[in-house]
Amino acid sequence: MNPMLALLARDLRLASRRPAEALLPVVFFVVAASLFPLGVGPEANTLKTIAPGIVWVCALLSSMLSLGSMYGSDYADGSLEQMLISSMSGFELAVAKCFAHWLMTGVPLLLVSPLLGLLFGLGWEAIGLLALGLLLGTPILSMMGGMGAALTLGLRNSAVLILLIVLPLCIPVLIFGAGAVSAAEAGLAPDGHFYLLGAMLLLTSLGAPVATAAALRISV
Amino acid sequence: MNWNSASDFFAMGGYGLYVWGSYGVTATWMLLEPVLAARRHRAALQAVRETENEGEER
Amino acid sequence: MKNLPRLFYFAAPSRFYWLASKAVPWLYAIAAAFAVWGLYVGFFVAPTDATQGDSYRIIFIHVPAAWMSMVIYLAMAGWAAFGWAANARLASMMARALAPTGAAFTFLALWTGAFWGKPTWGAWWVWDARLTSELILLFLYLGFMALVEAIDDTRRADHAGALLAIVGAVNVPIIYFSVRWWNTLHQGSSISMTAAPKMAHAMVEAMLLMTVAFWAYAFAVVFRRCSAIVLERERGADWVQALARKEG
Repeated sequence: MNPMLALLARDLRLASRRPAEALLPVVFFVVAASLFPLGVGPEANTLKTIAPGIVWVCALLSSMLSLGSMYGSDYADGSLEQMLISSMSGFELAVAKCFAHWLMTGVPLLLVSPLLGLLFGLGWEAIGLLALGLLLGTPILSMMGGMGAALTLGLRNSAVLILLIVLPLCIPVLIFGAGAVSAAEAGLAPDGHFYLLGAMLLLTSLGAPVATAAALRISV
Repeated sequence: MNWNSASDFFAMGGYGLYVWGSYGVTATWMLLEPVLAARRHRAALQAVRETENEGEER
Repeated sequence: MKNLPRLFYFAAPSRFYWLASKAVPWLYAIAAAFAVWGLYVGFFVAPTDATQGDSYRIIFIHVPAAWMSMVIYLAMAGWAAFGWAANARLASMMARALAPTGAAFTFLALWTGAFWGKPTWGAWWVWDARLTSELILLFLYLGFMALVEAIDDTRRADHAGALLAIVGAVNVPIIYFSVRWWNTLHQGSSISMTAAPKMAHAMVEAMLLMTVAFWAYAFAVVFRRCSAIVLERERGADWVQALARKEG
């Protein structure tokens, strides 16, 4: 069986044995996003305006939550080392891990986002644009996060460190993802935002696994 | 010469707070940073001497 | 091949240490001299601005600080990358020495910019492209410093920092353009930072003098810090032991 698929299946199977842990990022996503109307006030127009930004920021933070476990447990029990010296290249390992992370974190966030859109009073068109942006953006977050996780392997404060390292790099994704919805709400065409998100997805797909493989070799 | 008196100079045409707030923080940092760097250097030198002394005592 | 050793003569920590110890006092002196000269021209020769009054004089430290913040990041990423690729210890040490100074200049650029923005634009802060990307640059510096400090194994820390610095360097243009497009897509503010009228000669002169002063200052501080790092890391080396004995 293709080693990448085998690794993907293994990670998914391991995650399915601890469903509560796997769903934590999604729960955080909903809870965190729900805090904003409580803090900002329930005024409908305000919420509609700030909704894209809030959903995106919460998606960013939620993605980062589960990063520590991407390589952490494999590193701790030595299986990561075995994977690195196996016939699978570092690049393939990184891609498989990021894809697993995206399936377990990004896709649930994507599926829950319409619910949050409704909570903030967004229209269906806006919710659709939000979801499309997340579809393009969450893989980028998983890949950037994977690099951060590889760099901070085994360190004491890795959770906060990952945030500090990866968040600045993910800012363009946030800008265009939230910007697409805001632009559409303002009557402008969001096409440009999606083209740029797509371009960033392509670039990241080429670059991030390479950087992650290098980071794994540095950290292990 | 731009300034008629010392008080004019400090007032900076009404913008004194902003100009001196900027220059003050910058100057403070540019005096502090060299001191910190020199201190780190001295501490490193001292640390070398201490490890050396440990070696000699044995 | 014969020229190679000469180019990398100061790649040896011991030789760099000697160079730095000789150069640092001179660099501070040059920095001080150019600062005095630049400030004299800036405050006593350059005229009051027609639109901004005397608040524009912040430019003489704001622009040099911003330039230094960006140049130092590139230098830091470059030296870190070289240290990683060629396994050159001193290059990695230089990257670590550059980071705090670069971060400080970034902070000063933001601080002086805010103090200039308040009287000029009426706001301490606006989320325009340049300010936002400078703020992110500060985060990138902090991330680099946090990462290398968090890793105990020196070589791993050096190489991890190099990777992060390189990724950051690649990202800086992307961030800048994305932030710029974000603003223009949202009908950007009517204020432009570069809309100042063509500057008087004395103003340009003062700004360039202060830039030289900041360069010399940066070299001095970074060399001093790098010397400290060399001593910390090369503790066991014979030349370090001999040095400590001599200066004792």
